[in-house]
Amino acid sequence: MTAYSSPSTGSDVLLAVNGLTVDFPTADGVVRAVRGVSYELRAGEVLGIVGESGSGKSVSSMAVMGLLPKSARIDGSITFRGRELLGSTEKQFMEIRGSKIAMIFQDPMTSLNPVYKIGFQLAEAVLAHHDVGRQEARKRALELLEIVGIPFPEQRIDQYPHEFSGGMRQRVVIAIAMANNPDVIIADEPTTALDVTVQAQVLESLRTAQQETGAAMVLITHDLGVVAGQADRVLVMYAGKPVEIGGVDDIYYNPRMPYTLGLLGSLPRLDVDRAERLTPIQGAPPSLLSLPPGCPFTPRCPMAADLCAEREPELLTTDSPAHAAACHYSVLLAGKQPGEVFATSAEDAVMPEAYGADTAAVTGTITTTHGETAE
Amino acid sequence: MTTTATTAADGPILSVRELVKEFPIKSRGVLRRTIGAVHAVSGVSFDIHPGQTLGLVGESGCGKTTTSRAILHLQPATSGAVLFQGRDVTQMSKGELRRMRRDMQIVFQDPYASLNPRITVAEIIAEPLRIHGLYADDGRGQVAELMRLVGLNPEHGNRFPHEFSGGQRQRIGIARALALKPKVLVLDEPVSALDVSIQAGVINLLEDLQDELGLAYLFVAHDLSVVRHIADRVAVMYLGKIVEIADGGSLFERSQHPYTRALISAIPIPDPRRERARERVVVQGDVPSPADPPSGCRFRTRCPLRMTLSQADAARCAAEEPELVDRGFGTAHLTACHFVDAHG
Repeated sequence: MTAYSSPSTGSDVLLAVNGLTVDFPTADGVVRAVRGVSYELRAGEVLGIVGESGSGKSVSSMAVMGLLPKSARIDGSITFRGRELLGSTEKQFMEIRGSKIAMIFQDPMTSLNPVYKIGFQLAEAVLAHHDVGRQEARKRALELLEIVGIPFPEQRIDQYPHEFSGGMRQRVVIAIAMANNPDVIIADEPTTALDVTVQAQVLESLRTAQQETGAAMVLITHDLGVVAGQADRVLVMYAGKPVEIGGVDDIYYNPRMPYTLGLLGSLPRLDVDRAERLTPIQGAPPSLLSLPPGCPFTPRCPMAADLCAEREPELLTTDSPAHAAACHYSVLLAGKQPGEVFATSAEDAVMPEAYGADTAAVTGTITTTHGETAE
Repeated sequence: MTTTATTAADGPILSVRELVKEFPIKSRGVLRRTIGAVHAVSGVSFDIHPGQTLGLVGESGCGKTTTSRAILHLQPATSGAVLFQGRDVTQMSKGELRRMRRDMQIVFQDPYASLNPRITVAEIIAEPLRIHGLYADDGRGQVAELMRLVGLNPEHGNRFPHEFSGGQRQRIGIARALALKPKVLVLDEPVSALDVSIQAGVINLLEDLQDELGLAYLFVAHDLSVVRHIADRVAVMYLGKIVEIADGGSLFERSQHPYTRALISAIPIPDPRRERARERVVVQGDVPSPADPPSGCRFRTRCPLRMTLSQADAARCAAEEPELVDRGFGTAHLTACHFVDAHG
């Protein structure tokens, strides 16, 4: 799991996550939600974490903030400026939360308190970490509202969350997050609940917040379009593990993990004519209750070979040192288009009984590619 | 994509004319007098030809779902006409409506809420056949064939919905809608609830089914990228009105309405280099309440174009409602904006 770590752990690394695992014991068995996540976040950088529902992208960030329920079993290491956060007491976490690391959640209605005015909630965030007067806190609150682009902040500050629209509320949440000039902002699906035109506004506010505070940001989303425009580096997660990490251009133009390639191929794009056929990934993500050995993507992977079902690939650097992928056959993917690897069929083959028959057409093309490696 | 392009000459299979749907706002207290109305859909007109897909896009609250419900008479329209093969759905008797529904079916957004959890999948798909008295004619065979058609294994017919993934459930919903061999399928956000890798499979399935069966689709969605991929013709709605309607290519390549332009510009493209090079038209503010829509052009309160206009011109936006007409790109490309030439 530690196969990919950047060459130097220099002083500019703000947040370092190493071999993080999170298990949830349930009545049906242990759910292994995160199975070894490692990444480093440097000052001023935006790291996008991408994955489908249940890939563990949110859980791993909640662990960083110390917000997981007590029942969760967390292992590994999370250091902020060299200081270990895992195992910290609630009191120690309180010092860091909000002032050093701030979080923005998906649903702005549930992250604001409906019975307090916006101004109070903003001032509360300021007062929690600064020894200033009420008047000063209010002045800062006004300033923050202005930065995130809320019109008429003087009037808006004395209103309640229900008087704000979804996009406005999310901007208030962003203002609260930047209240104490944090070093790291973790944004968990910040625009998923919003309409596109409002999403554009909120992304702009988020960018302003990041530039204004100079904070590094972890942007968690399932939207590959949002990540393309915002992130410097991208971490792709699947079944609780990072399967690919690299610079944004590496991930989009030179993906080395079939899952990433499949995701890119299954996106309908605004800038591509409709004649182009999409390449869906067959099946569904595995249950995290009972993962079989080997690569968790094997049942959905058109390139899967015997080795894939036996041994789980490690995250290894590809031809570029800052780009790592977890696939035994990542070399074969160099320069491949989604359509060359994935079938453009409309079939769905998740049921185990039907599996072999339905993917026969897909695997046919891959066996030839395989022959090449053997040589 | 569409191999059935020849049918366009036969005339539309579905024509919607000046469709209006208002929901009354009642006063509190005992009297419950009507004190206003939410203007959900205010005069929408369009045609769908056999084998064609019309994409209806817009943001939440723009009336796109209400339009689709009114077309099927699931929520009776306040006024206007819905002509299915020349006959007005809004004037039909109950018996006629039931017969019409054989030809017009709907697939809902949420594949978890739209399937009865207590009956098997085979029963769910057989239900429309039973209702219309067609099950006696080898119903089991028909169900198996339908399951095969949507890419499901017919042997799983005796399973319950919870045993299937989201994408598979949506396929079950599609199989149920296809059971009566309809001519028109209303798809209300059919892929919005699905993860991208699974969404693509359902989109491909819908395209295949259209080619195979010559279906006409009304594809309601908020995601312009999906609509661009699947629709022949696209109508953009804002606050209960169509602001621009055109063939897919024309709409995306040379959109005229400032709202369409803003909408297209707001969609992130999964291509970092392009995304960095793009210039965004960011629309300010939020959609006004449909209970009290702005006078004149409904988009004027947020319009980036209007801010560049002279005072006299800007006053026209407030005073006069722009008509949805041809503004320089032919009769197939209609736009509701007074100042399409002012874009520069």
